[in-house]
Amino acid sequence: MVVNKKIRLIASALCLTAIAAVSTMLPSDCNAKATKKAVTKQAECSPRGEILSLSCASCHGTDGKSAGIIPSINGRSVEYLETALKDFKAGARPSTVMARHTKGYTDEELRLIAEYFGTLSNNK
Amino acid sequence: MSNTLSRRDFNKLLLSGVAGSALGLFGRSNNAFASSKRVVVIGGGFGGAAAAKYLRKLDPSIKVTLVEPKAVFYTCPFSNWVLGGLKTMQDIAHNYEVLQNKYQVTVVADVATALDVNKNQVTLKSGKVLGYDRLIVAPGIDFKYDAIEGYSESVANSVMPHAWQAGAQTTLLHKQLLDMKDGGKVFIAAPANPFRCPPGPYERVSMIAHYLKEKKPLSKIVIFDAKDSFSKQGLFKKGWERFYPGMIEWRAASMGGKITKVDAATMMVTTEFGAEKGDVINIIPAQKAGKIAVDAGLTDGTGWCPINPVSFESTLHPGVHVIGDATIAGAMPKSGFAASSQGKVAAAAIVRLFQGKVPAPPSLVNTCYSLLAPNYAISVAGVYKLAVGGIVEIKGSGGLTPIDASDDHLHQEAMFAEGWYQNISLDTWG
Repeated sequence: MVVNKKIRLIASALCLTAIAAVSTMLPSDCNAKATKKAVTKQAECSPRGEILSLSCASCHGTDGKSAGIIPSINGRSVEYLETALKDFKAGARPSTVMARHTKGYTDEELRLIAEYFGTLSNNK
Repeated sequence: MSNTLSRRDFNKLLLSGVAGSALGLFGRSNNAFASSKRVVVIGGGFGGAAAAKYLRKLDPSIKVTLVEPKAVFYTCPFSNWVLGGLKTMQDIAHNYEVLQNKYQVTVVADVATALDVNKNQVTLKSGKVLGYDRLIVAPGIDFKYDAIEGYSESVANSVMPHAWQAGAQTTLLHKQLLDMKDGGKVFIAAPANPFRCPPGPYERVSMIAHYLKEKKPLSKIVIFDAKDSFSKQGLFKKGWERFYPGMIEWRAASMGGKITKVDAATMMVTTEFGAEKGDVINIIPAQKAGKIAVDAGLTDGTGWCPINPVSFESTLHPGVHVIGDATIAGAMPKSGFAASSQGKVAAAAIVRLFQGKVPAPPSLVNTCYSLLAPNYAISVAGVYKLAVGGIVEIKGSGGLTPIDASDDHLHQEAMFAEGWYQNISLDTWG
């Protein structure tokens, strides 16, 4: 048990080192170029922006298109989204859970999320 | 699987780091720039189905096969609402038609019975063998039936349901509640941590109390808890006092809450304080990773699957990713939302690994809504990142609905709970 834990720690520490070493060389495109057969067209985006944004779909719908009472974020401008996210974080815009979520991101990360959904909507 | 690594495994781990190749850490570096990009996903729940969909969405050149025996998948989220009479089984039923037709995921209605991690093969119950370049295992949970004397799978299927995998079990428990006389006693046994959906047992108590208050107001609910505190405890207790005063009794483990034995014939449960008779008995047993994960040696001594948190690749078998309730994912709870978040992280990581690139550092999220009464819901949220030592909650983020939240706020959360269910269902199966 103890040995196992130690190994796990070593493994995660190594991972972090590896990430730190390569994160500066990440190319700007996230995915394989969407082929003509693409199921859903995907805008070019930063891999960091993508990984930050995919979880948003669990409440706001795939690509930010909501079917119910939760607001759609697809089709909104980058500026609108960035302002809204930062206002939630600052408490300037009332919310139930959005303040709790946005406090988990830096302003730069919120900008990347706004860019991800803003760009998606421009490339539908 | 033993809870220690062999020297060979240890060396493999060390070498992969010392070699200086970042990709080496993610196993199967021979698959970098792979021309063959086949992914098999075992399990079509929140994690597996989301991973399958997002693999296809993020890189349509990946061939994805989803192995799931059930044609209709009933979700655990909102199954408590069915018990409360607020939803029907049809409302929580999902199928794989959109994944198959719109996203071109090959859906195989079969059970994975064995993995050959050296040959990259999955064997199915039908005898069919599927080859893969990367495998995602999303098997959910299995139960430790033998942790309570007298309890078993057959007792669960006939007399004392767990209803912790939705479907026939939900229907059985629902029928028992409908058949119970007014003034009856409902016993609910909640397990020790870790288990699927930490606030789930207490939402269930709330929804059953809602039904009883309306139809059988003389009835009582006793929660036998194997722990001394539980998720969103203050918020639940506040809601229970308001809506169901005198109806619900919670017994902590140290106050006779831990059930050691049940007797299906006499409907008795035994704790260190003695034996008691119930009219409806819902036993939520202790849990472990789903069977295929255990059989394939993906679990450690804890009964759960250790993973590399960047890609959710197993630390025990390279090339095999494990997501959802079966994993050890640091501070993340075992929930449908967490499984979905992990499925997307694993999918994005696999896309990049096939390209010979290093995955982006993970960003993970969870939100769990619990309905206490119609128009009254509470939530817990979390945003997670990778730190030394694993997945941690980001300081200052997340947390609970405020204890002094207004009725308007709680009403809004109830509406958002429905909005969440609608959207995550579509994001997963639709």
